Amino acid sequence: MRSEARYEDGPRAPWWLKVLAYGGLLFLHFPILMVGLYAFNTEESAFSFPLKGLTLRWFQAAAEREDVLGAIKLSLQVAVASTAVALVLGTLLAGALYRRRFFGKEAINLMVILPIALPGIITGIALLSAFRLAEVTPNFWTIAVGHATFCVVMVYNNVVARLRRMPHSLLEASADLGADGFQTFRHVVMPQMATALLAGGILAFALSFDELIVTTFTAGHEKTLPIWLLDQLGRPRDVPVTNVVALWVMLITAVPILVAWRLTRGTEDVAGSSK
Amino acid sequence: METLPGVALPAPARPRAGVARVVANVLYRRSTLYLLLLLTPPLLWFGGVYLGSLLSLLVQSFYTFDDFTMGVTPELTWANYKALLDAANHDIILRTLSMAGTVTVASAVLGFPVAYYMARYATGWRKGFFYIAVMLPMWASYIVKAYSWTVILSKGGIIYWLVERLYLLPALEWALTLPGVGGSSLSTSNLGRFLVFTYIWLPYMILPIQAAIERVPGNLMQAAADLGARPTQSFRTVLLPLAFPGVVAGSIFTFSLTLGDYIIPQLVGPSGLFIGNMVYTMQGSIGNIPMAASFTVVPIVIIGIYLTVARKLGAFDAL
Repeated sequence: MRSEARYEDGPRAPWWLKVLAYGGLLFLHFPILMVGLYAFNTEESAFSFPLKGLTLRWFQAAAEREDVLGAIKLSLQVAVASTAVALVLGTLLAGALYRRRFFGKEAINLMVILPIALPGIITGIALLSAFRLAEVTPNFWTIAVGHATFCVVMVYNNVVARLRRMPHSLLEASADLGADGFQTFRHVVMPQMATALLAGGILAFALSFDELIVTTFTAGHEKTLPIWLLDQLGRPRDVPVTNVVALWVMLITAVPILVAWRLTRGTEDVAGSSK
Repeated sequence: METLPGVALPAPARPRAGVARVVANVLYRRSTLYLLLLLTPPLLWFGGVYLGSLLSLLVQSFYTFDDFTMGVTPELTWANYKALLDAANHDIILRTLSMAGTVTVASAVLGFPVAYYMARYATGWRKGFFYIAVMLPMWASYIVKAYSWTVILSKGGIIYWLVERLYLLPALEWALTLPGVGGSSLSTSNLGRFLVFTYIWLPYMILPIQAAIERVPGNLMQAAADLGARPTQSFRTVLLPLAFPGVVAGSIFTFSLTLGDYIIPQLVGPSGLFIGNMVYTMQGSIGNIPMAASFTVVPIVIIGIYLTVARKLGAFDAL
């Protein structure tokens, strides 16, 4: 199998391609490494390189900050609420769209993708102006509503891909054996769909946890973690704490992404399957 | 094939009488009703929350803003759209567009080799490694990445240190004097802003290209070789046309995301505004929602055109 996928004359990539590919990876990871490094910086208000010294002091300082903990808590709550909505709406949409053809299907598909295809600033100001018209003051729920809207696509994409790969004969077999629709869903569809649902949920969670642009419009005076970080950039005296929180945010989002990757791995193998 | 729990251990489906079964049967027979029930909640959400908001924004872009009272009245006018053509606003649109274009081209150039290596040469654990190595930076917090670049580009930071060590400081200073590129320092130059944008959107370019190349059957390239094409020929005439929709798909992200960004232009680069900054300022301190709304129509129209062209080029099959 593997030798078939190889078609180049030589078994190895040319050296310059390797250099470009690994160079690209280095470029992608260099700023992340810098975040990791500067979190231990002893210097209080500058970014001079090489670092003057390393310390763990700021981790303690950041952990004691009420505003940091409050922002983390709010971001987690928003992410939970919007992921919950996204899971329900995304699954319903996937169930409706994965197999049947009907009038307006393409339009619905586009509508689901639109919130992440259009720049966040458009979604943000549209929601804000609508909230103003409806005389809703921005609060926790306005943030969550905005996030849920663009998180749906994460769940939808994962679930619909899984459902499309599920042979329809399974459902027919289940019906032949006497199961009604609910039983088929519970015993046949759900076990197939579960990991896709989980992966989609995790991605939705991560997306919501990090979202900044839409949130700056819908948050009012609430401070999610990314907004807190944005505010911090205007506070040069607080640099050490910002550095530590930046590292935390990186770590908090890396874990769920790795888990989601493991959950969908092996089901996405598309090598050679031209559409 | 993975194990199918529902098949491996068939749960004995108890024939049950009751409401659930009746409902299930009705839904099975009336599949349109079933479809409607599935679609109603998401359609209400998207129609009410999202499309409703977009429409109200569009309508408000025709409202009148009174400069003296700083109030908005629902009298319809074209004034906001005419104002887009003012020299200052015109500049903002061009500035944003040229940045979005440059960033897109740079991402494609930088991203293609990575995607190509990933799809064609990386096998086994390397494939997984590359995939994760592109995915993690893509999902890492946007604001943290932007912040990290302000640290990297700052005076006394690592880039200046490196440039100094390599005795290239005069070259950098010369580059910063160039019009359109420069600024007083790296972190206040267009070059710096361009670097940050390219960095942040690069993974969005790599993954669609990788997926597109991955879908090219290996035997197609073998056939090209059998017919006497040199590797560069088969690359140019077989692989590249098939990978191009992936590049277009990636460019939708890099272009659209740069077009709507307003945080990075605040943090890095010279003082000129971007479309996003204009929208933010207009709705915020000034309260001129109609003008902000008409400004958002610009990226909507541009992206609409872009998507139509992309669709023609087959980019949606590559997503």
